[in-house]
Amino acid sequence: MSVFETVKEIIVEVKDIAAEDIKLESNFEADLEADSLDIVEMIMLLEEKFDFEIPEDAAEAMKTVKDVVDYIEKRLADDNT
Amino acid sequence: MKEKTALVTGSSRGIGRSIALNLAQRGFKVAINYYNGGNDAGEHLEQAQEVLQEVQTMGAEGIIIGADVSVAESATALVDQTIEKWGRLDVLVNNAAINQDQLLLRVSDDLWDLILKTNLYSAFYCSRTAVRYMIKKRYGRIINISSVVGLAGNIGQTCYAASKSGLLGLTCSIAKEYGARGVTANIIAPGFIESDMTRQLPAEVSARMIAQIPAGRLGKADDVANLVCFLATPEASYINGQTIRIDGGMSI
Ligand SMILES: NC(=O)c1ccc[n+]([C@@H]2O[C@H](COP(=O)([O-])OP(=O)(O)OC[C@H]3O[C@@H](n4cnc5c(N)ncnc54)[C@H](O)[C@@H]3O)[C@@H](O)[C@H]2O)c1
Repeated sequence: MSVFETVKEIIVEVKDIAAEDIKLESNFEADLEADSLDIVEMIMLLEEKFDFEIPEDAAEAMKTVKDVVDYIEKRLADDNT
Repeated sequence: MKEKTALVTGSSRGIGRSIALNLAQRGFKVAINYYNGGNDAGEHLEQAQEVLQEVQTMGAEGIIIGADVSVAESATALVDQTIEKWGRLDVLVNNAAINQDQLLLRVSDDLWDLILKTNLYSAFYCSRTAVRYMIKKRYGRIINISSVVGLAGNIGQTCYAASKSGLLGLTCSIAKEYGARGVTANIIAPGFIESDMTRQLPAEVSARMIAQIPAGRLGKADDVANLVCFLATPEASYINGQTIRIDGGMSI
């Protein structure tokens, strides 16, 4: 499964919205109506899924779905080198 | 209901013991926590084993977990072990506490630290770990045992009162942060409850205490446990962030 698919699945779990409404460019607050707790919960689930910790400053910088996907892809790439 | 699990800190004796037994009686699986140490080294493991035996006699399931809840790592491990054992944690009762009376002028830094860590930090450590799990399940009950002393203060109890009122801010904030996730947090503030300590008081001292209580008697550990049992149920889902006194009317 692609990172985007996994992230989508987790957002669906947290926010109970339709997967097809989640786009790469979706903004958490503006488009997905996620509040700070939703985002913390999403980060928590991502940490469990990918088995690494996401530091506070990285989490704060995640405004869109793409930010999350890019961050995770970068971390996964870094881990493989 | 039969599947639900509860962790009660400091449940080898006293009110905690009664809470564990009453929850077991209502079908909860209970994790019984004891701590052998501090100024209060004693028969805690043996007592915890007796509690477990009573739980099993009722046909309920229990486990014993030793942990010093005043230390972050062991409090966290206590919650994690409960979840590992049964795969769920529905109810956390932060009951463990100590008290050592001392006038403010004579309170040492060490005494202050010890009481705050045992009574308040413990609830923070356990709640933080439990909430992480509870929000995923969209269900959780956190019940913090405070005291009427936490609401009014008392001579000789600066540390104890501060720790017990600290629970208030902790509890209300948890209630607000996670209320939308099916997690509630409430406080029970007991008045004078019969205990090993109160049973040793001179008759005239207990008579003076009882004179202040409309109920005309001290409370029983079961009086506290009965409320815990109700707050622990799905039926109590609309009670959140409350402080409920169980004091026989003493504070009215
Ligand atoms: N008895 C009363 O009149 C009364 C009144 C108001 C509030 N309370 C509160 O009710 C709760 C239970 O009190 P009790 O009367 O049963 O007291 P208790 O001393 O009999 O029980 C306290 C329990 O906490 C445990 N404990 C202490 N330090 C610990 C630690 N670091 N880690 C793990 N466990 C630890 C003890 O081993 C003991 O089992 C406490 O929170 C107390 O403040 C009691």
